[in-house]
Amino acid sequence: MHKAHEIIFAGFGGQGVLSMGQIIAYAAMIEDKEVSWMPSYGPEMRGGTANCTVIVSDSKISSPIISTFDSAIVLNQPSLDKFEKAVKPGGLLLFEESAIINLPTRSDIEILSIPANEEALKLNMKRVANMILVGAFLEKRPIVKIENILNALKKVLPERHHHLIPVNKDALAKGKELVNEEIKL
Amino acid sequence: MDQTLELIREARLMKGNEALAEAAIRAGVQAYFGYPITPQSEILEYLSREMPKRGGIVLQAESELAAINMIYGASGAGARVMTSSSSPGISLMQEGLSYIASAQLPCLVVNVNRGGPGLGTIQPSQGDYFQATKGGGHGDYHLIVLAPASVQEMADFVFDAITLAEKYRNPALILADGALGQMMEKVELPEEGSLEYPEKSWATVGKPKERERNIITSLFIQPEKMEKINLELQEKYRRLKEEVRYELVSTDDAEILMVAYGLSARICQKTIDLAREKGIKLGLLRPITLYPFPEEAVASFASKVDFYLVVEMNAGQMIEDVKLSVNGSRPVFHYGRMGGMISSPEEVLSKVEEILETQSVSNTSTGR
Repeated sequence: MHKAHEIIFAGFGGQGVLSMGQIIAYAAMIEDKEVSWMPSYGPEMRGGTANCTVIVSDSKISSPIISTFDSAIVLNQPSLDKFEKAVKPGGLLLFEESAIINLPTRSDIEILSIPANEEALKLNMKRVANMILVGAFLEKRPIVKIENILNALKKVLPERHHHLIPVNKDALAKGKELVNEEIKL
Repeated sequence: MDQTLELIREARLMKGNEALAEAAIRAGVQAYFGYPITPQSEILEYLSREMPKRGGIVLQAESELAAINMIYGASGAGARVMTSSSSPGISLMQEGLSYIASAQLPCLVVNVNRGGPGLGTIQPSQGDYFQATKGGGHGDYHLIVLAPASVQEMADFVFDAITLAEKYRNPALILADGALGQMMEKVELPEEGSLEYPEKSWATVGKPKERERNIITSLFIQPEKMEKINLELQEKYRRLKEEVRYELVSTDDAEILMVAYGLSARICQKTIDLAREKGIKLGLLRPITLYPFPEEAVASFASKVDFYLVVEMNAGQMIEDVKLSVNGSRPVFHYGRMGGMISSPEEVLSKVEEILETQSVSNTSTGR
């Protein structure tokens, strides 16, 4: 594994893009790693694109502002158009299947399409699509342990929402499963 | 599992604005007056929620002008006080800050710098360096200015700024930027109650028989008196030089010295890594106190490096202080983006390479 892993999460506001980044940052902190989480906070957040950059590292993080990424997790077309070219060669581009019409074209990176929205509906919880993507991402790039994602959820979610942790756990497992199915094909 | 929870308790993942606000409560700030503005509204939000529960007063003023004058009054009455805002709001506070500096009162002001001029943009900027370090309002005065470069420092510098403000009876400013306010990093918060309240014999809290009444004013109508006050202030700023703080990164063998503060310094640290992979010996001096400016430290590199590169998120402001320090003995270059745009580490490296290119051309042409 890399000494540092630099990730961009991008999509529309409301898709849970910032939360995905935060939950991975929390999990990394639980593992005593260095982390930074930098959100876009411009006017684009109101209905437009939102994104956050997360860096997980074994050593002190220099710049929280970066322009290329080891991994990009993308939930809409404008974000794909913007960030496909920012993935480092050999990096990972993971996207939500139904959100993308014009597919990525690079051949020097690993590209993975995950039907997260469809699978989330099957779990009767549309909102966990982002956690399916987190599960899929961590199966490809195990930068933090799934159990620490769950520990982070316990910490971040207020007590009254703790009943949602099992469905999030299922979503993470589903993401992992989808990646392994994909590889079998 | 238990060990996991332990780690979460010790270190927290927080936004810079929230870490600063929590630190303010722990530093014993007794009153906060402010008015919301992006990208620092979380400070007011956090304090509104938490501070009254823990014994402090939070008041959302009708404007920044009102807020800074509430600070003036509350500080005069001996309270530990703070306000926060972002660039346009800080401009509105300049009259009050000049009065507070003249009246020699301690307070903490936080500027989470956004892009300007004018109402500008809510994105991060360092365009307020001149305003922060040269006084900002009218008259010969300075604020004590600290520039954090991480969420940890957003919290720690609250304690440092209050300590300095009270020691020197002078307003202290934390100059951050929108990115530092909005980003989350791991932070270990300072211990609550560790900052003692100093004796404030000058405060206007009633007159005991044994002393004359205390007067807090910034109006000294006789020029002889006003000059005396000015001399006192200048003497104080000279003493302040003892408090200079800066950080050196990879400077031992550096042939080029970058000077950058805050977020720009973080970006430059990555540039150092990229440059050293290419064999370019870059180093960084990060001023932590912007006023007093680490002029001697900056000057001390003149005999060691080929040139200086000042990196800021503005058109070139701190470069003037670097040039004054270097005093013409070495070339000083600048790289900056403006209006809320942030330089990438790669862009800064390109600038270094461009300067190296032109330097070698000019050295060849002069026969060196």
